[in-house]
Amino acid sequence: MLSYVGRRLLQLIPVLLGMVFIVFMMIRAIPGNPAQVILGQQATAEAVAVMNAKLGLDQPWFIQFFKYVGGILQGDLGESMRTRLPVADEIWPHLAATMELAFFAIVIAIIVGVNAGIISAWFQNSWFDYIAMILALVGVSMPIFWLGLLGQWAFAIEFNWLPTTGREQVRDPVNAITHLYIIDTIIQGRFDQLWQVIRHLILPGVALATIPMAIIARMTRSSMLEVMRSDYIRTARAKGQKMFWVVYKHAFKNAVIPVLTIIGLQTGMLLGGAILTETIFAWPGIGRYIYDAINFRDYPVIQSGILVVAFIFVMINLIVDLLYSLVDPRIKYD
Amino acid sequence: MSELTPKMDGIVEAEITRTMGPWREAWRSFRKSKVAVVGMVIVLFFILLALFGPLFAKEGINEQMAADRLQPPSAEYWLGTDDFGRDILSRIIHGARISLSVGFLSVIASVIIGSFLGIVAGYYGRWTDTIISRIFDIMLAFPSILLAIAIVSVLGPGLENALIAIAIINVPNFGRLIRSKVLSIKEDEYIMAAKGIGMKDARILFSHILPNSMAPVIVQGTLAIATAILEAAALGFLGLGAQAPQPEWGKMLADSKSYLQSAPWTMIFPGISIMLTVLGFNLMGDGLRDALDPKMKN
Amino acid sequence: MNKKRMWSAALLLLLVLSTVLAACGNSGSGSKDTLVFGRGGDSTSLDPSRVTEGETFKVTVNLYETLLNFGEQDTTIQPGLAKEWNTEDGLTYTFKLEEGVKFHDGTDFNADAVVKNFERWANGDEDRFPYYNSMFGGFKGDEGHVIESVTADGDYTVIIKLKRPQAPFLKNIAMSMFAIASPTAFEKGDDQFARNPVGTGPFQFVEWKANDSITIEKFDGYWKKGLPKLDKVIFRSIPDNSARLNALIAGEIDLADGINPADGEKIEGNADLQLIERPSMNIGYLGLTVTRPPFDKKEVRQAMNYAIDKETIINSFFEGRANIAKNPMPPSISGYNDQIKGYEYDPAKAKELLAKAGYPDGFEMELWAMPVPRPYMPDGAKVAEVIQSNLADIGIKAKIVSYEWPTYLDKASKGEADAFMLGWTGDNGDADNFIYVLLDEDNIGSNNYTYFKNDAMHDLLIEAQTEVDEDKRIELYKKAQEIIHEEAPWVPIAHSTPLLAATKDLTGFVPHPTGSDLLANVEFK
Repeated sequence: MLSYVGRRLLQLIPVLLGMVFIVFMMIRAIPGNPAQVILGQQATAEAVAVMNAKLGLDQPWFIQFFKYVGGILQGDLGESMRTRLPVADEIWPHLAATMELAFFAIVIAIIVGVNAGIISAWFQNSWFDYIAMILALVGVSMPIFWLGLLGQWAFAIEFNWLPTTGREQVRDPVNAITHLYIIDTIIQGRFDQLWQVIRHLILPGVALATIPMAIIARMTRSSMLEVMRSDYIRTARAKGQKMFWVVYKHAFKNAVIPVLTIIGLQTGMLLGGAILTETIFAWPGIGRYIYDAINFRDYPVIQSGILVVAFIFVMINLIVDLLYSLVDPRIKYD
Repeated sequence: MSELTPKMDGIVEAEITRTMGPWREAWRSFRKSKVAVVGMVIVLFFILLALFGPLFAKEGINEQMAADRLQPPSAEYWLGTDDFGRDILSRIIHGARISLSVGFLSVIASVIIGSFLGIVAGYYGRWTDTIISRIFDIMLAFPSILLAIAIVSVLGPGLENALIAIAIINVPNFGRLIRSKVLSIKEDEYIMAAKGIGMKDARILFSHILPNSMAPVIVQGTLAIATAILEAAALGFLGLGAQAPQPEWGKMLADSKSYLQSAPWTMIFPGISIMLTVLGFNLMGDGLRDALDPKMKN
Repeated sequence: MNKKRMWSAALLLLLVLSTVLAACGNSGSGSKDTLVFGRGGDSTSLDPSRVTEGETFKVTVNLYETLLNFGEQDTTIQPGLAKEWNTEDGLTYTFKLEEGVKFHDGTDFNADAVVKNFERWANGDEDRFPYYNSMFGGFKGDEGHVIESVTADGDYTVIIKLKRPQAPFLKNIAMSMFAIASPTAFEKGDDQFARNPVGTGPFQFVEWKANDSITIEKFDGYWKKGLPKLDKVIFRSIPDNSARLNALIAGEIDLADGINPADGEKIEGNADLQLIERPSMNIGYLGLTVTRPPFDKKEVRQAMNYAIDKETIINSFFEGRANIAKNPMPPSISGYNDQIKGYEYDPAKAKELLAKAGYPDGFEMELWAMPVPRPYMPDGAKVAEVIQSNLADIGIKAKIVSYEWPTYLDKASKGEADAFMLGWTGDNGDADNFIYVLLDEDNIGSNNYTYFKNDAMHDLLIEAQTEVDEDKRIELYKKAQEIIHEEAPWVPIAHSTPLLAATKDLTGFVPHPTGSDLLANVEFK
């Protein structure tokens, strides 16, 4: 088991290095001079030249590359060109914001998706099955920003049930310790604030959850259908066990692996792919952070931001692979 | 098929049953699924709209009539007008052509590139496989929308470049699919047989392996068209996709988001068009999957 | 089968949930001593001298003060931390400072603190203090550096000596980037200071959540009695314009910047909201790169001016909230030449001029449209579409091209565009800050994107920079505008009125044309 993990981690190194290289070359191919962008429209030409030298952008690309990789190996993610703060310091609050949102979204997606999938498979071809599956398809067919704006309009403005934007009630801000506000409010015993934080999570969370929810529901359903046909489920039913237990305990346990895979993949996607949701709901997350950095040509932030997101993505996939052996002891790693 | 028939007619026979029979059978089972047929009807409707709609739609989709700005739906303008005073219905009809082209062209491009890389990786194996598979791993580890944004930033905003970016981010999906298909077919008896009689690699690839990998590609491709249309809309929303005055649906949506409350029709109809088209492709893709490749439930 | 029971349970849960949600709704309105100000982006730094970007100044103008202030809604010179000032010869300026002023950290504000601030800037470089560089011609030791010396004369008198007269010197001193900071704070190092600002302003810094919010609170030791009226101000970044307006309607923010002109009417029709117009000090224009044929021909440039229907543009995409521009600077700036008659919309005349220039059948060109909304041009892409159809009428085929904003500026400054849309918001309300910065040959490669070059105009502008006599200076700028009108390197389009919106009960908010609003007098009624 341990050696398996070790081997997987070793395999990650070329992938991550390759990513660093691709991102590094790609952002240097983007037209636009970061010094000009940082100094703004009002800057003079000399100021831009001085800034370029200061940022090391006048050196050959491979020197810049090796310096950057050398830095990463020492845990240095570089310094933002724009704010001049270490990326490592800046990135956590953004990452935490996105993680909280992504986690919330994936929990909604799992609860709703898995149950809808199970029930659909249980009552295959019933009206519930049809409606759930059509809803799932409609869910994956919607432009998310459209759904987000419609949701904001309906639930925040017309009904005034939920807040439109942001992570917290700004008039009563959360005292950030871990920057995961759910945890911060619980640590400080501010359950009134916890409730506010959850209310702020609902609209963006549901918008973000739509697609994974639909995918999980469909995956669960098809995986369950296969298992339900198997002999051993038939035996369990024939023995007169309660259907609920047969479905939820025996059948789902055997159908869970493909569902887990999809959940892992989707969680990874949510972490970096929430740019549109973060824009519409003014969520100060990592997608927005990297997107702004692209607009400001803030090379270190783009590089390190994407690297961090990709690293988490591959780690989640690794964890999911390891979870297989927990749910299904037949799978062994050596 | 009898064991190890090195005779040519055996291969031909196998090909006939593999190409003709299953397709006809697939169509039969596809037809049986109501949902899939509904999907196909929606897709056909929009394809016909894209092909012939512009012949019937009003002239001058880009003509601006300042006096008729933001008119609600009426007898004259069935779906209302936008902020330039342009007929939304006509723009949606013309936009069908753009959105569908983006969907089809980007997916065709990723299928071609992905198939090529996947076949090379799967058939030749060893270090070619390692390199290509690693590149796929790397690309799949990027959040796809960020990768698309970065590519468009390099190439410059515009419909063509958005199309290229979408094609690129989908390449590894098809590449992996084809690779795994090739790996499983490669060991099939009839391929071994073809190799045994000294058939050239290229011929084996193009006349045997490729046709036999088509089913999953068609299924995946149909679903990918749906995603591509959504991705194009997302890039349009960020101002990186289609440029004015192209009536691309995603851009129409993004352009009218500030009128959500004062003139909701400018936002609702293009949104519905996107949703219906994408839904059509998704329904059809599902049906195709059940029909063509019942084992592929992913 | 427990199917039924399960469904009713689910339904019940849904009902309970929605009631709870509804019950907890409407929590937007809290105590009314806190102002939540929604805006498009976050600040880069809270050290105003180090940036050139407006979102920073919006916050820092409330944390720091300058020696001189601008007028409430204009750029006239008013007392600030200096209560009196005078100069005999335009070379030596004496400032008498307010007494008994303290910085937020308890440090005394005095002549010594002012000198230390100027020393800090003068010993910097372009990278650290870009604005100081462009306003005062460089740093200590540079030939172009205007400031000879800054010295304290006793505790409350500062004397600034210049090497040569600088006409807009007092206006420069009043710009919010030359705010006086606590020496104790900035001596701890730039990076530390950028996140922990200490000034003498009505509010002091509390907290900064990156890309989310910046919180400042009332400074109890503020030297102007009775101010500020609010206890707390929170600046929130909400990047999407529609989402920001939604937040305002829902009561989560009290004041929103960057309102789409299209939403103006809706806000005026909403009984809970008020629409606020920021006085205009900007110009939105279509620049014609004079080094690229056919725009090297004056007739072609004039034809472009006749071809474009500015009135339709303003009515449709500024919703009428802008004035037609005819000069490269807005009328509120002294030196504006009102005698100039703008090019009217006349396609026939435009065609005639094109024929005269040798293009009777028009030509093909690229029309660059800015990708982002700017205060001077709320929707560049849509205005470009109108221009495109105007040009088609006189036979010019324009292809609309857009890049991301940084790429756009970079390429345009390299002269790669045929015609490009751009604009400018004044920094200090001086004519020099428009005409010299945007059109003089000295600024080719930076802000003169058209590569326009005219010797006669250059001489006028250089003379005006050191001319201390206001009337003579105005004459010089008027002449320069005549040359620009005739040579037509731009199609001036509009001086827009940027819009803000607030809840009805907000009073005392006076938007400033520079975009940095002082919030000391704001309160809720």
